[in-house]
Amino acid sequence: MNIFLSHVLAGLCLLLSAPLAAQDLMGMLEQDEEEQPEYAVNTFFTTRVINGQSIENPYPGDLIFIISHHFGRLNQGAYELWGLDQATIRLGLEYGVSDRLAVSVGRSSYEKTFDGFIKYKLLRQQSGVRNVPVALSLFSGAYLKSLKWPEGSDFEFRHRMSYVQQAMIARQFSRQVSLQLTPAWVHHNLVPTTDDPADYFVLGMGGRWRFSDWAGISLEYFYRFQEPESYDTYNSFAVGVDLDTGGHVFQLHFTNSQPMFESGFLSDTRGDFLDGDIYFGFHITRTFALR
Amino acid sequence: MLRKTLLVFVLGVLMTPVLFAQVYLTRNGTIRFFSEASLENIEATNRQVSSALNIENGEFVFRLPMRSFAFEKALMQEHFNDNFVESHKYPNASFEGEIHGFREADLLSGEEVEVMVEGELTIKDVTKGITERGTLRMEDGDILGSAVFVIKPEEYNIRIPTRYVRNIASEIEVFVDVRLSDKL
Repeated sequence: MNIFLSHVLAGLCLLLSAPLAAQDLMGMLEQDEEEQPEYAVNTFFTTRVINGQSIENPYPGDLIFIISHHFGRLNQGAYELWGLDQATIRLGLEYGVSDRLAVSVGRSSYEKTFDGFIKYKLLRQQSGVRNVPVALSLFSGAYLKSLKWPEGSDFEFRHRMSYVQQAMIARQFSRQVSLQLTPAWVHHNLVPTTDDPADYFVLGMGGRWRFSDWAGISLEYFYRFQEPESYDTYNSFAVGVDLDTGGHVFQLHFTNSQPMFESGFLSDTRGDFLDGDIYFGFHITRTFALR
Repeated sequence: MLRKTLLVFVLGVLMTPVLFAQVYLTRNGTIRFFSEASLENIEATNRQVSSALNIENGEFVFRLPMRSFAFEKALMQEHFNDNFVESHKYPNASFEGEIHGFREADLLSGEEVEVMVEGELTIKDVTKGITERGTLRMEDGDILGSAVFVIKPEEYNIRIPTRYVRNIASEIEVFVDVRLSDKL
């Protein structure tokens, strides 16, 4: 009995002194370390996949200046230097109001269009504390065509407006591969004839393959569920290269869409890619930290 | 036999708090780094440094989550984590070693004590031996420890593209400041 008890006590003694003997300081630090949420960063290099919006926003307090440029059509041949003699341009500013909210204004030479939008990150892809497999952002944009009406016409201001509501659902599958689905609804207050739809539902698909830390290849396609009757339009397509240099992101691309704002390229893409109506273009994105 | 075991047991239990009191610890130490290059200076601060010191044998460690470095510009923070230190693969950096050159009595007197910190620093899974100067000082029952040293990013497998030579220094100054407490 005594021997048994002494064994038990000796055992207890060893158990109690074990943590003292080990005194593993690093182990102590690793113990009850707080787990931190691990957000997916850099799902796309910037706020655009190519023409379309990505789930990315400017960081809070950051102002992004985007210069977008589309040259003329490649199939115009040597006389027009394969489109390089012409250009449409959009200048845009985007500001990160908070972790989730961004606002933007822009102006395109295409039909002298002013645009403004807000973009809200509803869900951020993350692991760790919480597991959220996709990112979800909501977008609402308004577009004002400021081109002068023809002499003597009786259009009103509201006829200048178009609106786009869309959701962006993206997943970063790996550091290399990110994909995004973009369901969108476009509404035009004015359409060319009564046969043409005022509302378009569009499903966008986009992706990025990041082949190095600082560069990637992007693809984008927008499928429309409606088409106008009175004139020819096509689904928007784009393929491009993204180069991230730190403060700047350069996106070079080929697309059949001339306009660079949502209501334009989603429902009013006039180029037939397969027929060579291809515009070479680029975005230059510069970030300024304002606070 | 039983009496002897009992004695060891009781002693063991009694000694436990005493032994533990030899370890000073913090969860919110600070590590700051500074890069000075011709175009810009970059500074980042991490306030989630865990650190512990055993004043009996000088054993000293720290550990920090790389994602907790706060930069002036959010975009820099993204590039730091995503492209340079690859926090998704190597979430923590750590140091394991010891502090030489101080006697408990000197420390308890409240004077600032010059010490040598020697051990192994691990960043991005690359472990290098370092020996640096530092100071220890006791204040209100806490131990204040600080050290300044220089690291070269390339030695820790942090590849910086050549276009950044004028933005990011090849030698980065690191400032460690911890307030270690014996209240666990």
